[in-house]
Amino acid sequence: MSLTFFQSIWTIVVMVTFLGIVVWAFSSKRKAAFDEAARLPFDEDPKTDNNKTASE
Amino acid sequence: MTNNDTYNYKVVRQFAIMTIVWGIVGMLVGVVIAAQLAWPALNFDVPWLTFGRLRPLHTNAVIFAFGGCALFACSYYVVQHTCHARLAFPALAAFTFWGWQLVIVLAAITLPLGITTSKEYAELEWPIDILITLVWVSYALVFFATIIKRKIPHIYVANWFFGAFIVTVAILHLFNSAALPVSFLKSYSAYAGVQDAMVQWWYGHNAVGFFLTAGFLGIMYYFVPKQAGRPVYSYRLSVVHFWALVFTYIWAGPHHLHYTALPDWAQSLGMIMSLILLAPSWGGMINGIMTLSGAWHKLRTDPVLRLLIVSISFYGMSTFEGPMMSIKTVNALSHYTDWTIGHVHSGALGWVALVSMGAMYYLIPRLFGRELYSLKLVEVHFWTATIGIVLYIASMWVAGIMQGLMWRAVNADGTLTYSFVESVQAMHPYYIVRTLGGAFFLLGALVMAYNLWRTIADAKPVEVEIPEPASAH
Repeated sequence: MSLTFFQSIWTIVVMVTFLGIVVWAFSSKRKAAFDEAARLPFDEDPKTDNNKTASE
Repeated sequence: MTNNDTYNYKVVRQFAIMTIVWGIVGMLVGVVIAAQLAWPALNFDVPWLTFGRLRPLHTNAVIFAFGGCALFACSYYVVQHTCHARLAFPALAAFTFWGWQLVIVLAAITLPLGITTSKEYAELEWPIDILITLVWVSYALVFFATIIKRKIPHIYVANWFFGAFIVTVAILHLFNSAALPVSFLKSYSAYAGVQDAMVQWWYGHNAVGFFLTAGFLGIMYYFVPKQAGRPVYSYRLSVVHFWALVFTYIWAGPHHLHYTALPDWAQSLGMIMSLILLAPSWGGMINGIMTLSGAWHKLRTDPVLRLLIVSISFYGMSTFEGPMMSIKTVNALSHYTDWTIGHVHSGALGWVALVSMGAMYYLIPRLFGRELYSLKLVEVHFWTATIGIVLYIASMWVAGIMQGLMWRAVNADGTLTYSFVESVQAMHPYYIVRTLGGAFFLLGALVMAYNLWRTIADAKPVEVEIPEPASAH
Protein backbone atom coordinates (compact mmCIF):
# COMPACT_ATOMS: atom_id res chain seq x y z
CA MET A 1 0.00 0.00 0.00
CA SER A 2 1.59 3.25 -1.08
CA LEU A 3 1.31 6.62 0.56
CA THR A 4 -0.65 7.85 -2.46
CA PHE A 5 -3.25 5.16 -1.78
CA PHE A 6 -3.86 6.43 1.76
CA GLN A 7 -3.88 10.02 0.56
CA SER A 8 -6.56 9.12 -2.00
CA ILE A 9 -8.63 7.32 0.62
CA TRP A 10 -8.29 10.32 2.95
CA THR A 11 -9.50 12.69 0.22
CA ILE A 12 -12.60 10.53 -0.23
CA VAL A 13 -13.17 10.26 3.54
CA VAL A 14 -13.04 14.04 3.93
CA MET A 15 -15.32 14.55 0.92
CA VAL A 16 -17.89 12.05 2.21
CA THR A 17 -17.73 13.60 5.69
CA PHE A 18 -18.46 17.01 4.20
CA LEU A 19 -21.37 15.71 2.12
CA GLY A 20 -22.64 14.00 5.28
CA ILE A 21 -22.56 17.34 7.09
CA VAL A 22 -24.52 18.97 4.24
CA VAL A 23 -27.18 16.24 4.28
CA TRP A 24 -27.38 16.40 8.08
CA ALA A 25 -27.65 20.19 8.12
CA PHE A 26 -30.42 20.28 5.56
CA SER A 27 -32.40 17.23 6.76
CA SER A 28 -35.97 18.15 7.68
CA LYS A 29 -35.57 16.48 11.09
CA ARG A 30 -33.04 19.13 12.11
CA LYS A 31 -35.13 22.12 11.02
CA ALA A 32 -36.82 22.84 14.34
CA ALA A 33 -33.61 22.52 16.33
CA PHE A 34 -31.73 24.85 13.96
CA ASP A 35 -34.54 27.40 13.96
CA GLU A 36 -34.31 27.43 17.72
CA ALA A 37 -30.52 27.72 17.62
CA ALA A 38 -30.82 30.72 15.29
CA ARG A 39 -32.89 32.53 17.94
CA LEU A 40 -30.24 31.88 20.60
CA PRO A 41 -28.75 35.41 20.57
CA PHE A 42 -32.23 36.77 21.40
CA ASP A 43 -32.66 34.50 24.43
CA GLU A 44 -31.95 37.28 26.84
CA ASP A 45 -33.57 39.71 29.18
CA PRO A 46 -36.87 40.75 27.54
CA LYS A 47 -35.98 44.37 28.26
CA THR A 48 -33.09 44.30 25.82
CA ASP A 49 -33.77 42.51 22.58
CA ASN A 50 -36.81 40.27 22.71
CA ASN A 51 -39.18 43.18 22.20
CA LYS A 52 -37.47 43.86 18.87
CA THR A 53 -37.80 40.30 17.64
CA ALA A 54 -41.37 39.99 18.84
CA SER A 55 -42.48 42.11 15.91
CA GLU A 56 -40.94 39.82 13.28
CA MET B 1 -28.92 27.72 38.68
CA THR B 2 -27.43 30.91 40.08
CA ASN B 3 -28.72 33.98 38.42
CA ASN B 4 -27.31 36.77 40.51
CA ASP B 5 -24.05 36.06 38.72
CA THR B 6 -22.97 38.77 36.25
CA TYR B 7 -21.14 38.73 32.96
CA ASN B 8 -17.45 39.65 32.99
CA TYR B 9 -17.64 42.96 31.13
CA LYS B 10 -14.39 44.37 32.48
CA VAL B 11 -12.07 42.53 30.12
CA VAL B 12 -14.48 43.14 27.21
CA ARG B 13 -14.44 46.89 27.99
CA GLN B 14 -10.64 46.93 28.14
CA PHE B 15 -10.26 45.19 24.80
CA ALA B 16 -13.03 47.28 23.20
CA ILE B 17 -11.39 50.56 24.16
CA MET B 18 -7.96 49.39 23.03
CA THR B 19 -9.53 48.35 19.71
CA ILE B 20 -10.30 52.00 19.07
CA VAL B 21 -6.90 53.23 20.31
CA TRP B 22 -4.81 50.74 18.32
CA GLY B 23 -7.06 51.18 15.29
CA ILE B 24 -6.20 54.87 15.14
CA VAL B 25 -2.48 54.26 15.79
CA GLY B 26 -2.26 51.53 13.12
CA MET B 27 -4.21 53.51 10.52
CA LEU B 28 -2.14 56.63 11.22
CA VAL B 29 1.09 54.69 10.56
CA GLY B 30 -0.58 53.40 7.38
CA VAL B 31 -1.30 56.93 6.18
CA VAL B 32 2.29 57.97 7.01
CA ILE B 33 3.85 55.17 4.96
CA ALA B 34 1.38 55.75 2.12
CA ALA B 35 2.53 59.38 2.10
CA GLN B 36 6.17 58.23 2.14
CA LEU B 37 5.57 56.25 -1.05
CA ALA B 38 4.19 59.39 -2.69
CA TRP B 39 6.78 61.75 -1.16
CA PRO B 40 9.86 59.71 -0.12
CA ALA B 41 11.45 62.68 1.69
CA LEU B 42 8.91 62.10 4.48
CA ASN B 43 11.14 59.51 6.10
CA PHE B 44 13.37 62.50 7.07
CA ASP B 45 16.43 60.26 6.61
CA VAL B 46 15.76 58.74 10.04
CA PRO B 47 16.30 54.95 9.96
CA TRP B 48 13.43 54.29 12.40
CA LEU B 49 11.00 56.13 10.15
CA THR B 50 11.85 54.39 6.89
CA PHE B 51 9.17 52.50 4.98
CA GLY B 52 10.82 49.12 5.50
CA ARG B 53 10.54 49.43 9.27
CA LEU B 54 7.23 51.25 9.56
CA ARG B 55 5.40 48.96 7.14
CA PRO B 56 5.56 45.88 9.44
CA LEU B 57 4.61 48.20 12.31
CA HIS B 58 1.50 49.22 10.33
CA THR B 59 0.50 45.65 9.43
CA ASN B 60 1.10 44.33 12.95
CA ALA B 61 -0.78 47.25 14.49
CA VAL B 62 -3.87 46.98 12.32
CA ILE B 63 -4.05 43.17 12.17
CA PHE B 64 -2.94 42.07 15.62
CA ALA B 65 -3.48 45.16 17.75
CA PHE B 66 -6.69 46.61 16.23
CA GLY B 67 -8.12 43.38 14.76
CA GLY B 68 -6.84 41.26 17.63
CA CYS B 69 -8.36 43.46 20.34
CA ALA B 70 -11.67 43.53 18.42
CA LEU B 71 -11.65 39.73 18.25
CA PHE B 72 -10.85 39.33 21.94
CA ALA B 73 -13.56 41.83 22.92
CA CYS B 74 -16.24 40.37 20.67
CA SER B 75 -15.46 36.71 21.35
CA TYR B 76 -15.45 37.26 25.13
CA TYR B 77 -18.76 39.13 24.89
CA VAL B 78 -20.44 36.69 22.51
CA VAL B 79 -19.32 33.50 24.26
CA GLN B 80 -20.73 34.77 27.57
CA HIS B 81 -24.02 35.94 26.09
CA THR B 82 -24.68 32.85 23.98
CA CYS B 83 -23.63 30.42 26.75
CA HIS B 84 -25.32 32.33 29.59
CA ALA B 85 -22.14 31.84 31.57
CA ARG B 86 -19.59 34.15 33.16
CA LEU B 87 -16.15 34.04 31.55
CA ALA B 88 -14.04 31.23 32.99
CA PHE B 89 -10.69 31.88 34.71
CA PRO B 90 -10.98 35.66 35.33
CA ALA B 91 -7.27 36.02 36.22
CA LEU B 92 -6.26 34.30 32.99
CA ALA B 93 -8.66 36.51 31.04
CA ALA B 94 -7.01 39.58 32.60
CA PHE B 95 -3.63 38.11 31.64
CA THR B 96 -4.74 37.80 28.00
CA PHE B 97 -5.49 41.54 28.04
CA TRP B 98 -2.26 42.73 29.67
CA GLY B 99 -0.15 40.12 27.88
CA TRP B 100 -1.56 41.10 24.49
CA GLN B 101 -0.97 44.80 25.18
CA LEU B 102 2.64 43.97 26.12
CA VAL B 103 3.07 42.08 22.83
CA ILE B 104 1.81 45.15 20.97
CA VAL B 105 4.11 47.55 22.84
CA LEU B 106 7.10 45.26 22.26
CA ALA B 107 6.22 45.14 18.55
CA ALA B 108 6.04 48.92 18.45
CA ILE B 109 9.55 49.11 19.96
CA THR B 110 11.34 46.30 18.12
CA LEU B 111 10.02 46.79 14.59
CA PRO B 112 11.18 50.42 14.15
CA LEU B 113 14.56 49.35 15.59
CA GLY B 114 14.80 46.89 12.72
CA ILE B 115 14.57 43.78 14.93
CA THR B 116 12.66 41.35 12.73
CA THR B 117 12.54 37.74 11.54
CA SER B 118 11.63 39.19 8.12
CA LYS B 119 8.72 36.73 7.82
CA GLU B 120 5.71 38.73 6.67
CA TYR B 121 3.01 39.08 9.37
CA ALA B 122 5.31 37.05 11.68
CA GLU B 123 8.13 39.58 12.03
CA LEU B 124 8.34 39.52 15.82
CA GLU B 125 11.44 37.86 17.26
CA TRP B 126 11.40 34.69 19.33
CA PRO B 127 11.04 36.08 22.89
CA ILE B 128 7.88 37.94 21.78
CA ASP B 129 6.69 34.80 19.96
CA ILE B 130 6.89 32.90 23.24
CA LEU B 131 4.83 35.58 24.99
CA ILE B 132 2.25 35.38 22.17
CA THR B 133 2.06 31.61 22.67
CA LEU B 134 1.42 32.04 26.41
CA VAL B 135 -1.30 34.62 25.80
CA TRP B 136 -2.89 32.51 23.10
CA VAL B 137 -2.99 29.31 25.16
CA SER B 138 -4.59 31.32 27.98
CA TYR B 139 -7.13 32.71 25.49
CA ALA B 140 -8.01 29.17 24.37
CA LEU B 141 -8.38 28.01 27.99
CA VAL B 142 -10.66 30.93 28.89
CA PHE B 143 -12.77 30.59 25.75
CA PHE B 144 -13.25 26.82 25.73
CA ALA B 145 -13.72 26.57 29.51
CA THR B 146 -16.54 29.11 29.16
CA ILE B 147 -18.09 26.95 26.43
CA ILE B 148 -17.82 23.92 28.73
CA LYS B 149 -19.66 25.66 31.59
CA ARG B 150 -22.46 26.92 29.32
CA LYS B 151 -26.08 26.79 30.49
CA ILE B 152 -27.41 26.51 26.93
CA PRO B 153 -27.13 23.05 25.35
CA HIS B 154 -26.41 24.32 21.82
CA ILE B 155 -23.11 26.01 20.91
CA TYR B 156 -24.09 29.01 18.79
CA VAL B 157 -22.44 29.20 15.34
CA ALA B 158 -20.46 32.37 16.17
CA ASN B 159 -18.62 30.39 18.85
CA TRP B 160 -17.70 27.72 16.31
CA PHE B 161 -16.03 30.36 14.18
CA PHE B 162 -14.26 31.92 17.18
CA GLY B 163 -13.15 28.44 18.30
CA ALA B 164 -11.74 27.55 14.87
CA PHE B 165 -9.95 30.89 14.76
CA ILE B 166 -8.34 30.34 18.18
CA VAL B 167 -7.23 26.75 17.52
CA THR B 168 -5.94 27.36 14.00
CA VAL B 169 -4.02 30.53 14.86
CA ALA B 170 -2.31 28.60 17.70
CA ILE B 171 -1.15 25.90 15.29
CA LEU B 172 -0.09 28.38 12.60
CA HIS B 173 1.89 30.46 15.06
CA LEU B 174 3.68 27.47 16.60
CA PHE B 175 4.75 25.93 13.30
CA ASN B 176 5.65 29.09 11.41
CA SER B 177 7.56 30.66 14.30
CA ALA B 178 9.67 27.56 14.96
CA ALA B 179 13.18 28.99 14.94
CA LEU B 180 16.70 28.58 16.26
CA PRO B 181 17.69 31.54 18.46
CA VAL B 182 21.29 32.65 18.06
CA SER B 183 21.01 35.57 20.46
CA PHE B 184 18.34 37.26 22.54
CA LEU B 185 17.08 39.28 19.58
CA LYS B 186 18.02 37.15 16.59
CA SER B 187 16.81 33.77 15.39
CA TYR B 188 16.79 31.75 12.19
CA SER B 189 13.78 29.89 10.86
CA ALA B 190 13.66 26.14 11.46
CA TYR B 191 12.94 25.71 7.75
CA ALA B 192 15.07 26.54 4.74
CA GLY B 193 14.54 27.52 1.12
CA VAL B 194 11.27 26.66 -0.55
CA GLN B 195 10.01 24.75 2.51
CA ASP B 196 10.41 27.93 4.51
CA ALA B 197 8.47 29.83 1.86
CA MET B 198 5.68 27.23 1.83
CA VAL B 199 5.38 27.18 5.65
CA GLN B 200 5.42 30.99 5.66
CA TRP B 201 2.54 31.25 3.18
CA TRP B 202 0.63 28.37 4.71
CA TYR B 203 0.80 30.60 7.80
CA GLY B 204 0.32 33.85 5.89
CA HIS B 205 -2.77 32.85 3.99
CA ASN B 206 -4.39 31.19 6.98
CA ALA B 207 -3.70 34.29 9.03
CA VAL B 208 -6.03 35.84 6.47
CA GLY B 209 -8.34 32.82 6.52
CA PHE B 210 -8.65 32.30 10.24
CA PHE B 211 -7.50 35.48 11.97
CA LEU B 212 -9.06 37.93 9.50
CA THR B 213 -11.94 35.78 8.24
CA ALA B 214 -13.18 33.06 10.60
CA GLY B 215 -12.87 35.30 13.67
CA PHE B 216 -14.68 38.19 12.00
CA LEU B 217 -17.35 35.84 10.64
CA GLY B 218 -17.97 34.97 14.29
CA ILE B 219 -18.53 38.70 14.85
CA MET B 220 -20.86 38.82 11.84
CA TYR B 221 -22.97 35.86 12.98
CA TYR B 222 -23.71 37.52 16.31
CA PHE B 223 -23.72 41.27 15.76
CA VAL B 224 -25.54 41.41 12.41
CA PRO B 225 -28.57 39.46 13.72
CA LYS B 226 -28.53 41.49 16.95
CA GLN B 227 -28.32 44.86 15.21
CA ALA B 228 -30.94 43.82 12.65
CA GLY B 229 -33.15 42.40 15.40
CA ARG B 230 -33.76 39.16 13.54
CA PRO B 231 -32.15 35.72 13.44
CA VAL B 232 -29.57 34.81 10.80
CA TYR B 233 -31.05 34.09 7.33
CA SER B 234 -30.26 30.35 7.37
CA TYR B 235 -28.76 28.62 10.35
CA ARG B 236 -28.30 25.46 8.26
CA LEU B 237 -26.28 27.40 5.72
CA SER B 238 -24.13 28.73 8.57
CA VAL B 239 -23.29 25.15 9.60
CA VAL B 240 -22.30 24.19 6.05
CA HIS B 241 -20.50 27.53 5.71
CA PHE B 242 -18.38 26.76 8.75
CA TRP B 243 -17.26 23.29 7.70
CA ALA B 244 -16.70 24.22 4.06
CA LEU B 245 -14.56 27.18 5.11
CA VAL B 246 -12.37 25.26 7.54
CA PHE B 247 -11.95 22.31 5.16
CA THR B 248 -10.88 24.56 2.27
CA TYR B 249 -8.94 27.57 3.57
CA ILE B 250 -5.97 25.62 4.87
CA TRP B 251 -5.00 24.57 1.31
CA ALA B 252 -4.99 27.95 -0.41
CA GLY B 253 -1.55 29.23 0.71
CA PRO B 254 0.50 28.17 -2.36
CA HIS B 255 -1.18 30.86 -4.50
CA HIS B 256 1.27 33.28 -2.85
CA LEU B 257 4.11 31.36 -4.51
CA HIS B 258 3.02 31.12 -8.16
CA TYR B 259 5.94 30.93 -10.61
CA THR B 260 8.49 30.39 -7.84
CA ALA B 261 10.65 27.39 -6.90
CA LEU B 262 7.56 25.76 -5.34
CA PRO B 263 6.68 22.58 -7.34
CA ASP B 264 4.19 23.27 -10.09
CA TRP B 265 1.64 20.76 -8.75
CA ALA B 266 1.60 22.55 -5.40
CA GLN B 267 0.96 25.86 -7.16
CA SER B 268 -1.93 24.34 -9.14
CA LEU B 269 -3.38 22.76 -5.99
CA GLY B 270 -3.26 26.13 -4.25
CA MET B 271 -5.03 27.73 -7.20
CA ILE B 272 -7.78 25.08 -7.34
CA MET B 273 -8.43 25.25 -3.60
CA SER B 274 -8.53 29.06 -3.80
CA LEU B 275 -11.15 28.85 -6.54
CA ILE B 276 -13.23 26.37 -4.52
CA LEU B 277 -13.02 28.82 -1.61
CA LEU B 278 -15.34 31.17 -3.50
CA ALA B 279 -18.28 28.88 -2.63
CA PRO B 280 -18.07 28.97 1.19
CA SER B 281 -17.07 32.65 1.13
CA TRP B 282 -20.11 33.66 -0.87
CA GLY B 283 -22.33 31.29 1.09
CA GLY B 284 -21.36 33.20 4.21
CA MET B 285 -21.76 36.57 2.54
CA ILE B 286 -25.25 35.71 1.28
CA ASN B 287 -26.19 34.40 4.72
CA GLY B 288 -25.07 37.63 6.37
CA ILE B 289 -26.71 40.01 3.92
CA MET B 290 -29.95 38.02 3.56
CA THR B 291 -30.41 38.26 7.33
CA LEU B 292 -31.97 41.60 6.38
CA SER B 293 -34.42 39.89 4.00
CA GLY B 294 -37.81 41.47 4.66
CA ALA B 295 -36.28 44.28 6.73
CA TRP B 296 -34.24 46.17 4.16
CA HIS B 297 -35.88 49.41 5.27
CA LYS B 298 -33.76 49.27 8.42
CA LEU B 299 -30.74 50.21 6.29
CA ARG B 300 -32.29 53.64 5.71
CA THR B 301 -32.60 54.47 9.37
CA ASP B 302 -29.79 52.55 11.05
CA PRO B 303 -26.26 53.64 10.01
CA VAL B 304 -24.64 51.01 12.28
CA LEU B 305 -26.50 48.26 10.44
CA ARG B 306 -25.48 49.87 7.15
CA LEU B 307 -21.83 49.76 8.23
CA LEU B 308 -22.17 46.05 9.00
CA ILE B 309 -23.95 45.20 5.75
CA VAL B 310 -21.49 47.18 3.63
CA SER B 311 -18.67 45.33 5.38
CA ILE B 312 -20.22 42.03 4.28
CA SER B 313 -20.50 43.40 0.74
CA PHE B 314 -16.78 44.18 0.75
CA TYR B 315 -16.18 40.66 2.09
CA GLY B 316 -18.04 39.30 -0.93
CA MET B 317 -16.11 41.57 -3.27
CA SER B 318 -12.66 40.72 -1.97
CA THR B 319 -13.42 36.99 -1.76
CA PHE B 320 -14.39 37.11 -5.42
CA GLU B 321 -11.28 39.07 -6.33
CA GLY B 322 -9.00 36.73 -4.33
CA PRO B 323 -9.84 33.48 -6.16
CA MET B 324 -9.64 35.37 -9.46
CA MET B 325 -6.14 36.63 -8.62
CA SER B 326 -5.09 33.12 -7.60
CA ILE B 327 -5.55 31.91 -11.20
CA LYS B 328 -1.99 31.51 -12.44
CA THR B 329 -2.41 33.51 -15.66
CA VAL B 330 -4.07 36.40 -13.79
CA ASN B 331 -1.43 36.15 -11.07
CA ALA B 332 1.29 36.48 -13.73
CA LEU B 333 -0.01 40.02 -14.22
CA SER B 334 -1.06 40.90 -10.67
CA HIS B 335 1.68 39.43 -8.49
CA TYR B 336 4.21 41.84 -6.96
CA THR B 337 2.08 44.80 -8.10
CA ASP B 338 -0.09 47.23 -6.15
CA TRP B 339 -3.17 45.30 -7.26
CA THR B 340 -2.37 42.93 -4.38
CA ILE B 341 -2.22 45.89 -1.98
CA GLY B 342 -5.60 47.07 -3.28
CA HIS B 343 -7.08 43.58 -2.84
CA VAL B 344 -5.78 43.28 0.71
CA HIS B 345 -7.21 46.68 1.64
CA SER B 346 -10.64 45.98 0.16
CA GLY B 347 -10.68 43.08 2.61
CA ALA B 348 -8.91 44.85 5.47
CA LEU B 349 -10.63 48.24 5.36
CA GLY B 350 -13.91 47.17 3.76
CA TRP B 351 -14.52 43.94 5.63
CA VAL B 352 -12.38 43.57 8.76
CA ALA B 353 -12.28 47.21 9.87
CA LEU B 354 -15.91 48.05 9.06
CA VAL B 355 -17.35 44.93 10.69
CA SER B 356 -15.20 45.61 13.79
CA MET B 357 -16.32 49.23 13.90
CA GLY B 358 -19.95 48.18 13.51
CA ALA B 359 -19.51 45.72 16.38
CA MET B 360 -17.89 48.46 18.53
CA TYR B 361 -20.86 50.78 17.91
CA TYR B 362 -23.07 47.98 19.20
CA LEU B 363 -20.82 46.90 22.04
CA ILE B 364 -19.36 49.99 23.69
CA PRO B 365 -22.66 51.74 24.55
CA ARG B 366 -23.96 48.48 26.06
CA LEU B 367 -20.80 47.92 28.11
CA PHE B 368 -21.36 51.31 29.74
CA GLY B 369 -25.17 51.25 29.85
CA ARG B 370 -25.54 54.20 27.48
CA GLU B 371 -27.16 55.06 24.18
CA LEU B 372 -24.83 55.94 21.33
CA TYR B 373 -24.05 59.69 21.48
CA SER B 374 -24.83 60.49 17.85
CA LEU B 375 -26.23 58.48 14.94
CA LYS B 376 -25.53 61.48 12.73
CA LEU B 377 -21.80 61.04 13.38
CA VAL B 378 -22.05 57.33 12.54
CA GLU B 379 -23.53 58.47 9.25
CA VAL B 380 -20.55 60.82 8.73
CA HIS B 381 -18.17 57.98 9.62
CA PHE B 382 -19.92 55.62 7.22
CA TRP B 383 -19.58 57.96 4.24
CA THR B 384 -16.02 59.10 5.04
CA ALA B 385 -14.88 55.50 5.40
CA THR B 386 -16.66 54.34 2.24
CA ILE B 387 -15.22 57.16 0.13
CA GLY B 388 -11.78 56.39 1.60
CA ILE B 389 -12.01 52.70 0.69
CA VAL B 390 -13.19 53.42 -2.85
CA LEU B 391 -10.35 55.93 -3.44
CA TYR B 392 -7.85 53.46 -2.02
CA ILE B 393 -8.85 50.34 -3.94
CA ALA B 394 -9.65 52.06 -7.24
CA SER B 395 -6.25 53.82 -7.32
CA MET B 396 -4.47 50.56 -6.50
CA TRP B 397 -6.35 48.66 -9.24
CA VAL B 398 -5.24 51.16 -11.83
CA ALA B 399 -1.71 51.36 -10.41
CA GLY B 400 -1.34 47.59 -10.14
CA ILE B 401 -2.60 46.72 -13.60
CA MET B 402 -0.47 49.49 -15.08
CA GLN B 403 2.62 48.21 -13.25
CA GLY B 404 1.97 44.64 -14.40
CA LEU B 405 1.55 45.75 -18.01
CA MET B 406 4.63 47.98 -17.96
CA TRP B 407 6.82 45.26 -16.46
CA ARG B 408 5.84 42.67 -19.05
CA ALA B 409 5.96 44.98 -22.11
CA VAL B 410 8.75 44.01 -24.53
CA ASN B 411 10.02 45.58 -27.73
CA ALA B 412 10.21 43.71 -31.03
CA ASP B 413 13.86 42.87 -30.33
CA GLY B 414 12.97 41.30 -26.97
CA THR B 415 14.27 44.10 -24.74
CA LEU B 416 12.08 45.57 -22.00
CA THR B 417 10.04 48.59 -23.09
CA TYR B 418 10.20 50.28 -19.69
CA SER B 419 12.88 50.47 -17.06
CA PHE B 420 11.70 49.70 -13.53
CA VAL B 421 12.07 53.29 -12.43
CA GLU B 422 9.69 54.42 -15.20
CA SER B 423 7.00 52.21 -13.67
CA VAL B 424 7.75 53.73 -10.25
CA GLN B 425 7.39 57.22 -11.68
CA ALA B 426 4.07 56.29 -13.30
CA MET B 427 2.71 55.33 -9.87
CA HIS B 428 3.06 58.80 -8.38
CA PRO B 429 -0.49 60.15 -8.95
CA TYR B 430 -2.06 56.89 -7.77
CA TYR B 431 0.04 56.88 -4.61
CA ILE B 432 -1.26 60.37 -3.85
CA VAL B 433 -4.87 59.23 -4.35
CA ARG B 434 -4.21 56.20 -2.15
CA THR B 435 -2.81 58.43 0.61
CA LEU B 436 -5.94 60.56 0.35
CA GLY B 437 -8.15 57.44 0.59
CA GLY B 438 -6.28 56.24 3.66
CA ALA B 439 -6.56 59.69 5.23
CA PHE B 440 -10.33 59.66 4.66
CA PHE B 441 -10.58 56.27 6.34
CA LEU B 442 -8.52 57.50 9.29
CA LEU B 443 -10.70 60.60 9.55
CA GLY B 444 -13.76 58.32 9.78
CA ALA B 445 -12.09 56.38 12.58
CA LEU B 446 -11.40 59.63 14.44
CA VAL B 447 -15.08 60.59 14.11
CA MET B 448 -15.97 57.19 15.56
CA ALA B 449 -13.53 57.64 18.45
CA TYR B 450 -15.03 61.06 19.26
CA ASN B 451 -18.56 59.66 19.07
CA LEU B 452 -17.77 56.72 21.34
CA TRP B 453 -15.81 58.92 23.74
CA ARG B 454 -18.82 61.24 24.09
CA THR B 455 -20.98 58.14 24.61
CA ILE B 456 -19.01 56.89 27.59
CA ALA B 457 -17.29 60.05 28.89
CA ASP B 458 -19.39 60.39 32.04
CA ALA B 459 -20.72 56.83 32.13
CA LYS B 460 -19.96 54.22 34.74
CA PRO B 461 -19.15 50.62 33.81
CA VAL B 462 -22.24 48.43 34.13
CA GLU B 463 -22.73 44.96 35.54
CA VAL B 464 -25.28 42.83 33.71
CA GLU B 465 -26.89 39.81 35.33
CA ILE B 466 -26.85 36.51 33.52
CA PRO B 467 -30.46 35.67 32.63
CA GLU B 468 -32.24 32.34 33.14
CA PRO B 469 -32.10 30.17 30.06
CA ALA B 470 -35.28 30.83 28.08
CA SER B 471 -38.22 28.50 28.61
CA ALA B 472 -37.72 26.95 25.18
CA HIS B 473 -34.70 25.04 26.47
